[in-house]
Amino acid sequence: MARARDLFATVMLSGIYGLLSASFFILMDAADVAFTEAAVGAGIFPLLMLTVLSSVGRYEAAGRRVRYFPLLLMAVLAGGLFAAVVQMPPFGAVDAPSHAHVAQRYILDSPDEIGIPNMVTSVLASYRGFDTLGEVVVIFTAAVGVVVILLGCRPKTPQQSTQALMAEHKVLRIVGKMLIPLILLFGLYVQFHGEYGPGGGFQAGVIFAVGIILYAMLFGLSNAQRVVPLGVLRWLVALGVLIYGSVGLASFLVGGEYLNYSVLASDPVTGQHIGIILIELGVGITVASAMVLIFFAFTRATRSRDELEE
Amino acid sequence: MILTAVAIALIVVMAMAIARALLGPTIYDRILAVNLFGTKTVLLIAVVSYIVGRPDFLDVALIYALINFISVIAVLRFFEYGSGKVHDEVGKDA
Amino acid sequence: MPELTTLLSSVCLLLGAFLIFSGGLGVLRFPDFFTRMHAAGVTETMAATLIVLGLMLHSGWGLPLFKLLFILLFVMITGPTASHALAKSALHGGLRPQGDNANNERH
Repeated sequence: MARARDLFATVMLSGIYGLLSASFFILMDAADVAFTEAAVGAGIFPLLMLTVLSSVGRYEAAGRRVRYFPLLLMAVLAGGLFAAVVQMPPFGAVDAPSHAHVAQRYILDSPDEIGIPNMVTSVLASYRGFDTLGEVVVIFTAAVGVVVILLGCRPKTPQQSTQALMAEHKVLRIVGKMLIPLILLFGLYVQFHGEYGPGGGFQAGVIFAVGIILYAMLFGLSNAQRVVPLGVLRWLVALGVLIYGSVGLASFLVGGEYLNYSVLASDPVTGQHIGIILIELGVGITVASAMVLIFFAFTRATRSRDELEE
Repeated sequence: MILTAVAIALIVVMAMAIARALLGPTIYDRILAVNLFGTKTVLLIAVVSYIVGRPDFLDVALIYALINFISVIAVLRFFEYGSGKVHDEVGKDA
Repeated sequence: MPELTTLLSSVCLLLGAFLIFSGGLGVLRFPDFFTRMHAAGVTETMAATLIVLGLMLHSGWGLPLFKLLFILLFVMITGPTASHALAKSALHGGLRPQGDNANNERH
């Protein structure tokens, strides 16, 4: 993958790499992580990269000489990481530090304190809620960055395009029309079922985004933008983070610490449930709109480059 | 035992698909091989989830079926309309 | 009765495995893209249906049954569609079947 000049082959190989990672996670019995890796690493990432390739061109510019300093730096880093991995305790050893301290408390106390079957969600959303807030803000920042760079400094092109791309693929369009509602429904299922099985906000957001991206691919960008306007997307991206932060603020106002859900209702367990549902909703909204926004921005950049060339 | 046999058959076919992806003379052969690999992965995940007795993995199989389909469509779109020529107007190349 | 479902499930699974294997062999050995696609597309959908049916008979009533049903529906809808899209793209790209002597060159 490091040597190929053909960027398309690189994208495909990185998709396969994501899929292999997901398989490893399944073998290690980590369902949520496998879910997210399959959705993001093998799904959204090659999709977005292909859209980038549409505007950048398929082959790397030829004639670049090998740069030795970054190669040396990466080799040193890789050697250090490898040495660290070799010295780590064996996989699953009972006395490994990661199993000993906080993890014990999470595993033993989670059914009583939080009461949802999926422990991964309870750790992610409640015990480590602050870290998850950071992750959501990172996604939000990425979306903002893409919007500023690609959508900010260009006047809005008028809605041209009578017929969209792939107009002659009638079979695909009909099948797409059948599938997209099912995909969105599946996204809703994953979102709200994340407490009982693998799932949760991140995966659900990605599935939602994939449904809308499928629509945009089959029916054209302008139709997709009529369904989900860019302005609405911008609001939604911020809304998700706002929901998350507000839940923390609400628990602040009621008298507990920031993001301590137990004080949100009369019964601590109910409070935890309410808190987790709300923040997962916030995460799902932000992730979905961020992915769709990035896809629209990249596709639009492609189109405008064509207009500049003509 | 039967499930294990099915899983082994699936893995063998996935290896064949990779061979075709490396060999295939045209790009469409490679896309076909990757699509085949993807659908076999879906089946493999479903079968493995029954072998280890955790039906939760079926969600992963379902989402991977979705992702595989959409990736094939995206790749086809990328190839048919050319890299750098993607636009919304009627008719592709002049 | 459980004996019957176990038997049926095993039959479906084995048949599905055989079909998948023959499809894979076809993809490797057929001479031309379109014939390979025929091998891949037909066997993949049919075999996936059989295997998922076998798994459905293997599991009892409950949520996994409906998830498997969902997977089955999805595979049955998207398998042929993907083959169709691939064939159409190949034709647009100028690929022609091998036996077609009149337009044998690729544009």
